Amino acid sequence: MFRQASRLVSRSITAKSTTNRAFSTEVPSTIDSSFVEAWKKVAPNMDPPQTPSSFMKPRPSTASSIPTKLTVNFVLPYASELSGKEVDMVIIPATTGQMGVLPGHVPTIAELKPGIMSVHEGTDIKKYFVSSGFAFLHANSVADIIAVEAVPLENIDASQVQKGLAEFTQKLASATTDLEKAEAQIGVEVHSAMNAALSG
Amino acid sequence: MAMSILRREGRRLLRPIAAIRSPLASSDQEEGLLGVRSISTQVVRNRMKSVKNIQKITKAMKMVAASKLRAVQGRAENSRGLWQPFTALLGDNPSIDVKKSVVVTLSSDKGLCGGINSTVVKVSRALYKLNAGPEKEVKFVIVGEKAKAIMFRDSKNDISLTVTELNKNPLNYAQVSVLADDILKNVEFDALRIVYNKFHSVVAFLPTVATVLSPEIIEKESEVGGKLGELDSYEIEGGETKGEILQNLAEFQFSCVMFNAVLENACSEMGARMSAMDSSSRNAGEMLDRLTLTYNRTRQASITTELIEIISGASALEAAK
Repeated sequence: MFRQASRLVSRSITAKSTTNRAFSTEVPSTIDSSFVEAWKKVAPNMDPPQTPSSFMKPRPSTASSIPTKLTVNFVLPYASELSGKEVDMVIIPATTGQMGVLPGHVPTIAELKPGIMSVHEGTDIKKYFVSSGFAFLHANSVADIIAVEAVPLENIDASQVQKGLAEFTQKLASATTDLEKAEAQIGVEVHSAMNAALSG
Repeated sequence: MAMSILRREGRRLLRPIAAIRSPLASSDQEEGLLGVRSISTQVVRNRMKSVKNIQKITKAMKMVAASKLRAVQGRAENSRGLWQPFTALLGDNPSIDVKKSVVVTLSSDKGLCGGINSTVVKVSRALYKLNAGPEKEVKFVIVGEKAKAIMFRDSKNDISLTVTELNKNPLNYAQVSVLADDILKNVEFDALRIVYNKFHSVVAFLPTVATVLSPEIIEKESEVGGKLGELDSYEIEGGETKGEILQNLAEFQFSCVMFNAVLENACSEMGARMSAMDSSSRNAGEMLDRLTLTYNRTRQASITTELIEIISGASALEAAK
């Protein structure tokens, strides 16, 4: 009941609550108006469901001049490793090779292959080994990197990598079905990339 | 005569409480053998015992749900950053008009969790009405036993896939991506609409619908312009064609959004169960208070009856002397 009351209050004040300070119990409202209208025609007694855009913070717009810093959001399924961090440069392992990203980069969608991603902030360089994923570079100098699995390079154990590489090479040699071959191939690729990362 | 009136009084007080009369009525009749003292206090005592047990059980269930909630809540909040880059790139288009929509309904396997499953089913049905039309069709993919039970009754023909026992093992990304893969392989779709309860707080759960478009629709929309119009300005790095990258992108987006949705739904289930069990134990406590009062009243009534008997017997003897 109290949820309804707060929603009515927020609706009666304004649609955009950016200037008003929102209560902590206030519920965001669906932003897409055509959806809300279509919904009201079909189910007038039910409140329309939320959509993900109402839960997101709005993104900065494209600046006219190139900004000095790149904003990086690096997310993994179980954690947001970096969110909104301002850095000078990132180097990402795209399928076409290592790609350097500076502020003002052309908007790009890049698919990632297993390799090292390094984040450069002044003289600080933080390296992660990334298994695979996607990277979106937007016109407003925001870089979104979504990886399935990423570990800082310090946490990788070299002896385990060697063992894994040997194991998967052997599996690849003895694979019979296409599925087994594909799985072994992936294992070999990832382990050799890790090996290269540790040595290089 | 006075005794029978008092006996009737006691029974009248108990009538609003005792719902099941037949097995208990036999113990009423036994009171003649055991003496007037046991006038239906046995009945009330049994009822009090069962209500107290129920209270203990619901309190325990609340504790269990609270501890499970603590465990899942951290992971759900950490996974919230996962779908945001996709929405920033591709936008959020719940009102998109497509030929084949698939509604993925997430619900729980176990019950006693309040109204969250029925709200999800109501939203799914409304989405069906919204998107069904002369050339358009809507299919359901149901995750969870509870929604399956409800939807089977009327929408049996439209259900293409059901998945149960998702929460038996702790959720992880690999398991959810296998599930997403299954759905993508077996169901043809232009747009996937995932309906789940988003965990806003321990007492508030918001039904949410997240839309994932197929790569063909993304290409069509980006050519037409509008919300996805900016997509064309993005260069594609890697892969031979734009179509290939968009295919991988759509699949990755689906598995990421599913992962977050499944975690949020699990959190909402635990939170709803906590509040349901909490109100249940509070109700049981109130019921116990009322029963205790009634018990004391009937006990005191029977004691008074016995006293009257004794005193009237004594005074009769005195008068006879």
